[in-house]
Amino acid sequence: MVDQAATWHRLHPLSPVIRAGRVFAGAVIVFAGTLLPGSNSTHSGAITRAVIGVVVIAFGLVSWLVTRWRVEGKDLRIETGLIRRSSLRFPLPQVQAIDVVRPLLARIFGLAELRLRMGGATAGSARLAYLTASQAETVRAQLLALARGIQPDTEEPPEHVLVRLQIGRLIGSLVLGSPMVTILVMAGAIVFAAELSPKAAIGILSSSGAIAIGMITVVWRRLNGAYNLTVAEAHDGLRVRSGLLDTTAETIPRGRVQAVRMVEPLLWRPLGWCSLEVDVAGRQHRGGENNPERRQLRAVLPVGSRQEAESLLERILPDAPRERTRPPSRARWKAPLRFHNLSWGHNERCAVTTTGRLARITSWVPLTKVQSLRLVQGPAQRGLRLATIYLDTAGRSVHAAIRDRDADEAREQLSELTVLCRAARTEHR
Amino acid sequence: MRRAEVFGVTGVATAIILVMTAAGFVAGAPVNVGAAAALIVAIAIAGFLSDRWAQRRVRAWAYCEREDDLLVRRGVMISRLSVIPYGRMQFIDVIAGPIERAFSLATVRMHTAAASSDARIPGLTQVEAARLRDHLAQLGEAKAAGL
Repeated sequence: MVDQAATWHRLHPLSPVIRAGRVFAGAVIVFAGTLLPGSNSTHSGAITRAVIGVVVIAFGLVSWLVTRWRVEGKDLRIETGLIRRSSLRFPLPQVQAIDVVRPLLARIFGLAELRLRMGGATAGSARLAYLTASQAETVRAQLLALARGIQPDTEEPPEHVLVRLQIGRLIGSLVLGSPMVTILVMAGAIVFAAELSPKAAIGILSSSGAIAIGMITVVWRRLNGAYNLTVAEAHDGLRVRSGLLDTTAETIPRGRVQAVRMVEPLLWRPLGWCSLEVDVAGRQHRGGENNPERRQLRAVLPVGSRQEAESLLERILPDAPRERTRPPSRARWKAPLRFHNLSWGHNERCAVTTTGRLARITSWVPLTKVQSLRLVQGPAQRGLRLATIYLDTAGRSVHAAIRDRDADEAREQLSELTVLCRAARTEHR
Repeated sequence: MRRAEVFGVTGVATAIILVMTAAGFVAGAPVNVGAAAALIVAIAIAGFLSDRWAQRRVRAWAYCEREDDLLVRRGVMISRLSVIPYGRMQFIDVIAGPIERAFSLATVRMHTAAASSDARIPGLTQVEAARLRDHLAQLGEAKAAGL
């Protein structure tokens, strides 16, 4: 272990192959097709493809050769690039979360990617793609220990499982989820249109095909992402493992949770189901929301009963406030749909707000994580003497807002929260 | 500063219409002088109104340096009051666009780790902007708190 920390390491030689992923697999299939006897491709075409293949392989080889990494003191250093050589240094005490990501192709070869999520607006994430699965595990444990400032060869702390997701419930949640509802609504519309005129039904059918495929992809991603999910707790943080074909194992160190959010969709309410998500600091990514690479908000409980969610919340935020107060009844005029969900509460360490029109969304924000406070009053709110307080956190997905409170009360609460946040901040330091 | 922008835009629009009218006149095209005049008057009225609006906006914009945090207030229609603790400021920008520079003004912009707490104070004199930046940076360093 000691010498492992000092010397340079390379990634696994198969890394470029897996990184190229599907593109590479597709290329191989096309390439193989031309080599088969009886294929009608021309001779020059085959040569062009061979040249392209060689160039691609050479690029992969070079990228593998020039990439190396090592642990230097409390930093992880990754050097990469042939022409534009870059040396990246990631200070381990600032790590927000460590993930072990294994796409299907990597799993076939027994490899895994290690991803360190860093805080801050400019820092991205450090990626070590790919290591062998066992190496990834040891390096993860080593980096986690360094991030906490203890000896890197300390034994991994024991963990105990908090929640295991039931597959039946996961499938039930997908059936009652918004994509499925969309598909059903579309089917209903088609049937309805067919009753009126068959021609219109054909038109809808042809246009809805693309949407249906998109929805099926979304359902599949959720299933794949949440399948077999387990949440375990060790004393250094939470471990979240999941995945059907692509697996991810995330470690969220203690005290890195910026906010927690519980969502109770309308359709799940009769069953008493909800989902619990945690928000970790990091750069906001644009793109597919369920892509593990871009996902910031991690569902620690994609679907579960309220008791499960509450016991999990108890582990993540031990001092969540219990009492909540409702906004004045005149807020009904400003937010008629939201009104029955609006409430908020706080204690010295944590604030909780609920909102949501159809789904009820409850957000918990530890006051040590509040970056700034905003009091906002729009024209309608001014007329009704209402105001909203926003609690800004570094996590980018949870937007906690204390909506539509009495204006005077909001002003008082703003100054009280300011004082409480300051106290929490100095104590934290 | 907003006022300068408003008058600038109004002036340019009027000039364009005048030039076009004159060009049409010279070219002998059938020019509706009345319509052109009405357009210029309309633009002038719009300019006047938006100038009043800008004045109100400028007056609504205020900031206050407290012991532990900075308060920034702004907005006429939607009033916003931000509380930004010095310890949470990650970096501070001083921006001066071409129009701002012409009036030797600058905007100070504060960034925290949260994207939504974007606070800026426009229309400061450049001296004041530099003082504020240095002061905030100094306080931020003294009271820095991590994520």
